[in-house]
Amino acid sequence: MTHAVEITGIRKVFNEGRTNPVVALDDINLAIADGEFISLIGPSGCGKSTLLRLVANLIDPTAGSVRVNGKSAADARRDGDYGMAFQQSGLFDWRNVVRNVELPLELKGWEKAKRRSRALEMLDLVKLTDFANNYPWELSGGMQQRVAIARALSFSPKLLLMDEPFGALDEMTREHMQSELIRICADTGSTVIFVTHSIPEAVYLSNRVVVMSPRPGRVAAVVDVDLGPRSDDTREANRFFAKVTEVREALRGYEHTDALTGGDMR
Amino acid sequence: MITRLVRALGPPILFGALFLAAWELFVVARDIKAYLLPKPSAIWGQFHDNIGQIWKVARVTGLNALVGLLVGLALGLVMALLASRFSLLGELIDPLSVAAAAMPIIVLVAIFNNLFSITSEVPRRLMVAVVVFFIVFINVAKGLRQASATQLELMDSYGAADLQIIRKLRIPNGLSFLVTALRQAAPLAVVTAFVSEYFGGPQNGLGSRIAQAISSSRDTTGWAYVLAACLLGLTFFALSALVERWAMPWQHHRTT
Repeated sequence: MTHAVEITGIRKVFNEGRTNPVVALDDINLAIADGEFISLIGPSGCGKSTLLRLVANLIDPTAGSVRVNGKSAADARRDGDYGMAFQQSGLFDWRNVVRNVELPLELKGWEKAKRRSRALEMLDLVKLTDFANNYPWELSGGMQQRVAIARALSFSPKLLLMDEPFGALDEMTREHMQSELIRICADTGSTVIFVTHSIPEAVYLSNRVVVMSPRPGRVAAVVDVDLGPRSDDTREANRFFAKVTEVREALRGYEHTDALTGGDMR
Repeated sequence: MITRLVRALGPPILFGALFLAAWELFVVARDIKAYLLPKPSAIWGQFHDNIGQIWKVARVTGLNALVGLLVGLALGLVMALLASRFSLLGELIDPLSVAAAAMPIIVLVAIFNNLFSITSEVPRRLMVAVVVFFIVFINVAKGLRQASATQLELMDSYGAADLQIIRKLRIPNGLSFLVTALRQAAPLAVVTAFVSEYFGGPQNGLGSRIAQAISSSRDTTGWAYVLAACLLGLTFFALSALVERWAMPWQHHRTT
């Protein structure tokens, strides 16, 4: 069976051949199944955003390969196989909400009536139908992020790549958006790679949490999260806290070894 | 709506009226001579009596400003688009633009007067165009370059072509800078057209009429022309504000 995403032997070096090369990622191997929700978690500088951008074909690996739905990452990008959302919504100020959602469809040459009806469908999905004709600055941060998600989903990508999309939101909005995202993914059957700093967020959303360690970025541990269907009660369940602890300890694990070996190496 | 209008316009109108009244009283009470400071009522009288003549000369200056503004705008836009496409061109023009902003380039009009026939309006219009060009070029070039990293990555992720990125992202983004440039350039176009007249050429505009009136001791008439010059500048500013409202409705909401 082909995986939604297959990452094999990825290595990424910035400034290669110059005096200050930085190994951002080394020996990353990861296979993501169709419909799976994967979180990448780790401290700043562990290369999780770089890994996401490699999958998105926004940058090229130094070595190794990324295959998306059995195709090269470059072909997948051209075919519109994935949608992206970032910490900043990146909405265009000069377009109202519905025209922001239409943007990718416009670029892909959809005809006007078709893209309008699809955009309205997407706004219905993120529950913003009433705001279709408003401009982005009239919306709260959470609403802007929902528009960005609607935009990312508008052309029905099989894969959703998200780089701390809720990072700038307050805690209440954030939890609400997490529940919304789970509902939306269940509706669309999307596969998701989700970059985050927050352990509870990663545990709540994911089927698997990939814990990364920095300098060079590597996969330190992969934690399976089988909590069943999520609800608000999930956040207060003991099994949830047990998983949060497991991820936290995986994050601490490499810190200890790092501290121990770090002294020896110098 | 009406209460909002009153609240917005009330204070400046009230202040203006009080200021004019104080001015009038001051001149009458202290018996100030007209060549030092005429009464507002006398200036208004002169303005009213000479309205035909004033309209005629204001049209000359206004047309010079308008033609120069449009030419400078078009040139600045085209060059900014080219500079964003070919970085070498940008590197050549950028320092020149910065230098131009620091120099009193209005003196160039003396040279333009020599280059072109002194009896034509070309040197003045050219001068306005040069001043406007630099403002537009600097602002728009900046706007075209400053698309946010997130928005550029998004466009990449959609597999957008170069031309699509320019049309859908860089140009609309540059538009807000163009409107800022226009708001700066429009009043400055009037000032430039006006001051250019002091460097010789036909004596048919507002600037030259003020100089003539003052030098022949018709001071109150001079002030009436000054009033006309102020109105002309305000008209240009109001027009640029209207263009902004029309071109960028999303911006207008934010500022009010």
